[in-house]
Amino acid sequence: MTAMHVFALLGVAVGLYVLTAGADFGGGVWDLLAGGPRRERQRELIADAIAPIWEVNHIWMIFVVVMLFSVFPDGFAVVTTALHIPIVLALVGIVLRGSAFVFRAYGLQPNQTRARWGQVFAWASAATPVFLGTIVGGVSSGAIELRWDQRGIVHPSSGFLTGWTTPFALAVGGFALALFALLAAVYLAREAELGGESALADDFRRRALLTELVAFVLALVVLWRARIDAPQLYANLLQAPWSIPAQLLTAALAGAAIVGLLRNRLMLARILVMGQVACVVLGWGLAMDGHLLLPDLHVDQAGAEPAVLAALPWVLLGGSLLFAPALVWLFRVFKQA
Amino acid sequence: MVVTSAVARQDLPRARCDGEHSSGRKLTPDSSDHVAGLTIPIQVEYKGSGMDDLLAARSQMAMSLAFHILFAIAGMAMPLLMVLAERRHQRTGDPAALELAKRWAKGTAILFAVGAVSGTVLSFELGLLWPEFMRHAGPLVGMPFSLEGFAFFLEAIFLGLYLYGWQRLSPRVHLATGIGVAACGLLSAIFVTSVNAWMNEPTGFDFVDGEFTRIRPWQAMFNDAFFSQALHVSLSAYVAVAFVVMGIHAWALRRNPTSALHRTAFRLALGLALVSTPAQIVSGDLSSKHIARHQPVKLAAAEGLFETQTRAPLSIGGLPDVEARELRYAIEIPGALSFMTFSDVDAEVAGLDSVAPELWPPVGVVHVAFQIMVACGFAMLAVAGLGGLAWIDARWRGRPPPWERRWYLMLALLAAPLGLIAIEAGWTVTEVGRQPWVIVGYMKTADAVTPMPQLVVPFVGFTLLYVFLGVVVLVLLKNHVLATEGKR
Repeated sequence: MTAMHVFALLGVAVGLYVLTAGADFGGGVWDLLAGGPRRERQRELIADAIAPIWEVNHIWMIFVVVMLFSVFPDGFAVVTTALHIPIVLALVGIVLRGSAFVFRAYGLQPNQTRARWGQVFAWASAATPVFLGTIVGGVSSGAIELRWDQRGIVHPSSGFLTGWTTPFALAVGGFALALFALLAAVYLAREAELGGESALADDFRRRALLTELVAFVLALVVLWRARIDAPQLYANLLQAPWSIPAQLLTAALAGAAIVGLLRNRLMLARILVMGQVACVVLGWGLAMDGHLLLPDLHVDQAGAEPAVLAALPWVLLGGSLLFAPALVWLFRVFKQA
Repeated sequence: MVVTSAVARQDLPRARCDGEHSSGRKLTPDSSDHVAGLTIPIQVEYKGSGMDDLLAARSQMAMSLAFHILFAIAGMAMPLLMVLAERRHQRTGDPAALELAKRWAKGTAILFAVGAVSGTVLSFELGLLWPEFMRHAGPLVGMPFSLEGFAFFLEAIFLGLYLYGWQRLSPRVHLATGIGVAACGLLSAIFVTSVNAWMNEPTGFDFVDGEFTRIRPWQAMFNDAFFSQALHVSLSAYVAVAFVVMGIHAWALRRNPTSALHRTAFRLALGLALVSTPAQIVSGDLSSKHIARHQPVKLAAAEGLFETQTRAPLSIGGLPDVEARELRYAIEIPGALSFMTFSDVDAEVAGLDSVAPELWPPVGVVHVAFQIMVACGFAMLAVAGLGGLAWIDARWRGRPPPWERRWYLMLALLAAPLGLIAIEAGWTVTEVGRQPWVIVGYMKTADAVTPMPQLVVPFVGFTLLYVFLGVVVLVLLKNHVLATEGKR
C-alpha cells in the first residue's frame, strides 16, 4: 500500500462515519427540535433507530484515529497539537452524547429525569458536529503553519487558535450539522414509513426538505468564506479539472433528492441524500489533494513507515473478513422490516 | 542458580538496546548507570510547557485511564456472567436466571457505553497530551491498536445484537452473540495491553541517531512483556468484577435472603471468583519473575529494595525513605524475594542502586501501590477460598451454601471493592514504576508532552466530567439492583 492509498482509505472511513454516526448526531438534533402533535413519538422513533447501532457507527472515528497515528504519526502529532482545543470540545460532546443516551435508555429513572438526559443527549448531539466541522475547517484552512526543526521533525508553529476559529471553519461546522440533520431526517422518514406511521414519516419528510434548503445556503456560505479564509481549498474546489463535474453531480443528486422528497418517494430520497453527502465528502477529500493539512503537510511527508504500509493490507483484510459479515448481520437484523 | 541472576543483569541492556549495533554505541552492562548511557533520549527541540503542564498532562492521562479501566473491565467480565446466567436458564429453565441475564445485560449496556466513550477520549489523548510519544511510537503500537479496534467493533456489534435481539434471534444464536461479546472484550484487553507492554519493554525497531528505524510491527506487538502482562490484566478484570457482583448481590441477599435471582447471581459470581482468583495469584507470581529479569528497576521500587543484594528479603508493608535510601517499618523475610523471583534464596536481585537516582521512579508511590495490590489480592484469595469451603460443605454435608450464610454475605460485601482497588494500584505500579520513561530506555515522559499551555484546564474539566458520570452510573446501577429486588 502507498501513502495515497491510505489517504483514500481515510476518506472512505470519514465518509462512512458521516453516513452512519453523522446521522446519529442528526437524530439528536431532531430530538432537540421535536415538535408538533407527535413530539414524543418522534423522540421514540429516534431512540429506537439509534439504540442498537450508535456504538458500532462510532468505530469509524476510532478507525481514522488509529490509521492516522499508525501510518501518519507526524501528521497525527501535528494535527492533535494544533487543533487540541476543538478536539477536546468534540470529545466532551461525544462523551456527553453517548453517556446521556444510555442513561436515558437504561437508567430506570422517573420520566422527568429521563427527559433531562434526553436534553443533554440532544444538545451534545447538536454541538459535537459543529466542533467536528471546525476541525475539518482547521485542516483545510491552509492557515496552520508548520516548521521543520534541524532534525527534520515537523511542528505546528501558528499557535492553538489558528485555522479553526475563522468564519470559514464555523461555516463548515454549521454545514456539517446541516448534512447530519439531513441524513437523519431522510433515514427517520423511511423508518417511520416502514413502521406504517405515515404522519410521522411526513414530519421527517418536511424536515428533510427544509434541511436541504438550509444545507444549500450553508454550502454557499462555506464556498464564499473559503474564498477568503481558505484560498487553496477554494482553488482546489473550483479550479481543479475534476471539480466542476463533482460539484454538478452533488447538485444533481441534491435536486433529485428534493424531487424525491416532494413526491414522497422516501426510499429513493434516502439513497439520493446518501449519495449527495458522500459526494460532498468526496469533493472535500479530492480538494485536500493528498494533504493532511493544507498546504504543507502531504501524506508523503507525514512519517509513513514502509513496514507499516506493507503490513496494513493484511490487517485490514483479516479484520474485514471478520467484521464485514458481522456488520451486515447487525443491519439486517435491525434495519429491515 | 547463579546463572539465572547473571542472565537477569544482562537481559536488561539487551532488551533496551535493540539497535545498538547500528547506532554504534557501546554497551556497558556492568556500569551502574547503563540505562542512562545506552541511548540518546529523544528530546523535543521546542518546549512551550513547563513542569506544571507536564504534571497536568500526566494527571489527566492517569485520571482518564483510571476511570476507563473500571468500565473496560466491566465490558470484559459482565458479558461472561450474563452468558453464564443465560446458559443456566437454557439448561435448567430457571426463570430467575433469565431475568438475571436481562438485568445484567442492561447494566452492561450502561457500563459498556461509558467505557466506549471514555476509550475514545483516551485514543485522542495519546495525541492531545503526548504527540511526541505518538510520533515515534505510533507505527510501532499501531498494529495492536488496529486489532483492538476490530475487536472492539465486533464487541459492539455482538452487544447490539445481544441487547436488542432477545425477540429477533433464536436462543442458541442469542447465546452465541453473548459469547461473542465476552470473547471480543477479552481480545480487546489483550491487544491494548500489548501497547503498554511495549512501552515497558520496547522492541521491534532499530534506534539510529535518535530515530526509530526499520520498524517491525509484529515483533513490537509480541514483545517480551506481552504475555505475562496481558494474562495479569485479563484475569484482573474477572476477579474484580466477580467480587463487585458478589458484593452487590450479598447486599441484596442480606435484605431479601430468599430471592432466587440474587442467589443465582451470587452463585455465578462466586464460581467466577473461585476460578479467577487463584489463577491471578499464579499469574502475579509469573509477572514478578518476569519483572525481576526484564524491568528490575520497577521491581526494586515496588519492593523498596535500594541496594542490589543476594539473599534479598521480601518486605511486607513499610515506607521507603528515599533520602536515607532505606525502607522503614517493614516486616522483612530474608531471602524470600530472591526465592520468589529467581527460585533461589541466594540469587542476586537488582536494587535501585543499579541505575542513577535520576532514573528512579517515585519509589514511595510504587512501593505503597504494590503493597496495596498484593494485600488486596491475598485478601480476595482468602474470601474466595472461604466461599469455596462453605460451598463444598454445603454439597457434602448439606449445610447451608455460602449465599445463605449471613457472615459470608457480610464478608463478600466488605470485599466488594478489593478487586477494583487492586486494579488501580496495579496500574499505578506499572505506570508510575516506568517513570521517568514513557518508552523505557528511549524516551522520557517529559519529552513526550504536548507544547499546549494551560493543560490544567482540560485536566480539571475532564475530571469534573468523569466524577459526574461516575456518580450518575453508581446511582443508575443502584436503581437496577433495587429494581431486581422489587421483582424478587
